[in-house]
Amino acid sequence: MTDGGPRIAIIGAGPSGTRAAETLVRHGHRPTVFDESPRSGGQSYRRQPHGFRRKAQAIYGFEARKAAAVHAAFDAILPMIDYRPDTLVWNIAGRTLFSGAPAEPYAERFDEIIIATGAMDRVLPIPGWTLPGVFSLGGAQVALKYQGCVVGERPLFVGTGPLLYLVAWQYLKAGVRPAAVVDTAPFRAKVKATVALGTSNPAAYCKGLWFYGALRRRGVSVYEGARPIRFIGGARLESMEIAHRGGQVTIDGDAAGFGFGLSSEAQLADLAGCRFAWNAAQRQQRPQRDADFIGAPGIRLIGDGAAILGADAAETAGELAGLLVAEAFGAGIDRARLATLRRRMRRFERFQDALATAFPVPASIAAEAPDDCVVCRCENVTAGEIRDAARRQDFRDVNHVKSATRLGMGPCQGRLCGSAAAEIAAAAAKIPPQSAGRLRSQPPIRPIVITP
Amino acid sequence: MKPAGGILRRIAERDRGRITLIVDGEPISAFEGDTVLSAILTVDAALRYSEFDGAPRAGFCLMGACQECRVGIDGHGLQRACMTAALDGMAVTRDRWRVADD
Repeated sequence: MTDGGPRIAIIGAGPSGTRAAETLVRHGHRPTVFDESPRSGGQSYRRQPHGFRRKAQAIYGFEARKAAAVHAAFDAILPMIDYRPDTLVWNIAGRTLFSGAPAEPYAERFDEIIIATGAMDRVLPIPGWTLPGVFSLGGAQVALKYQGCVVGERPLFVGTGPLLYLVAWQYLKAGVRPAAVVDTAPFRAKVKATVALGTSNPAAYCKGLWFYGALRRRGVSVYEGARPIRFIGGARLESMEIAHRGGQVTIDGDAAGFGFGLSSEAQLADLAGCRFAWNAAQRQQRPQRDADFIGAPGIRLIGDGAAILGADAAETAGELAGLLVAEAFGAGIDRARLATLRRRMRRFERFQDALATAFPVPASIAAEAPDDCVVCRCENVTAGEIRDAARRQDFRDVNHVKSATRLGMGPCQGRLCGSAAAEIAAAAAKIPPQSAGRLRSQPPIRPIVITP
Repeated sequence: MKPAGGILRRIAERDRGRITLIVDGEPISAFEGDTVLSAILTVDAALRYSEFDGAPRAGFCLMGACQECRVGIDGHGLQRACMTAALDGMAVTRDRWRVADD
């Protein structure tokens, strides 16, 4: 079926893209796999550069076995796929993908496209978050996993969500003592979610408890139910101020990992014509898909690029999507396996709902950001400017804020500021956050070189 | 500008080959396998200066999404330091947009 068979594209070679490709290969297809990174693995299972010697255990900890399996699965199918590493897909029109050599835009039409673009940190603006030394939580983790580097001597880990404790623990294990963990989620929120977390994914729940306990046992200061007020420094971060238990605390720290859960990289889904809807639990606009992951004709959305469910769910969704696509092109598939994978997906969804209860997104941090706080890092647009735009008569949604202020028009195209700006605009206009909409995606989704 | 010292610290993989990058005309020593971001931020605390207020910025997401680490590399502007492998002899410019006069 490889010659003259259907042309199938997979965008992203993380856990979901890898398993989708593997499953399609098993059913006789030869998918084209685009990946912006030089090596497969995605972000969770990002592989270190060639020539690095650390063992999987040292890099991925409890997830070492899974990471190694995902890498091995990809390596095993290399001769059976059309692999395009270091290749950004920067636009979709219908089922045509634009990618490749920037000097000569390269358009290719496919019969089926699986979008597996993953996620990045969800961030909320506080004063000083542009200071050198303040990184996203995922960024602090990438430094360690990918480069064998840590951020700072005494890093602060600030925000909320499972990644907060995971990264703090990974630093501790690497011999770097965090200055503090500052979690906006109160202890009682986690207690409330305990049963749901423990029953839907006992292994992940136990690991989370382990990270939390290890940090506490080793005497790392953990501030729960805290509110980050500002990062302080000149040429680089020196300390931060938080509100905790009715008082203000200043904590010294020369670097920070900062993040409030994850946000899907959904720009390609948007350009492909998928609908978006507000997800109240995660407080964000998410691309919509049916039970077979179809978001638009010929377009399937899998992994954290569609819904933040984590790496294990991404693997499950990848295999499931691979089976569904193979079946759509006429292959006989293992129905029992399909049913098992669907059941597993429902369990991951329950776990994610419980996580949203345990680590609620403190959106008021954005809504209440001081007027002079920079929200759009690229164009230096402040919370005050967003409020002014949102209070104008003709304000409709956050795209009007964009026209009025240049918010989201810089090179990151609103990835970092979009959802925070919607919260700020909605609060200023006194409308619910979902009514403030979302910034529309524009090609190219990331900057490309046009003239060599 | 007086270097502010590194923001990143190497804690592993130190037995790699050495390479030299030219950053704003000055040589810096780095390792094979470094990204341009790691090469610079292990010795200094800035990758660019805001076009608006000249304030230093030093990357953020390290996964190619936020574009906060954009630098000039071998004559091409807007290259992401976090996604670009450092190569021996590479010329990196950080002051292309610099507005502050210090």
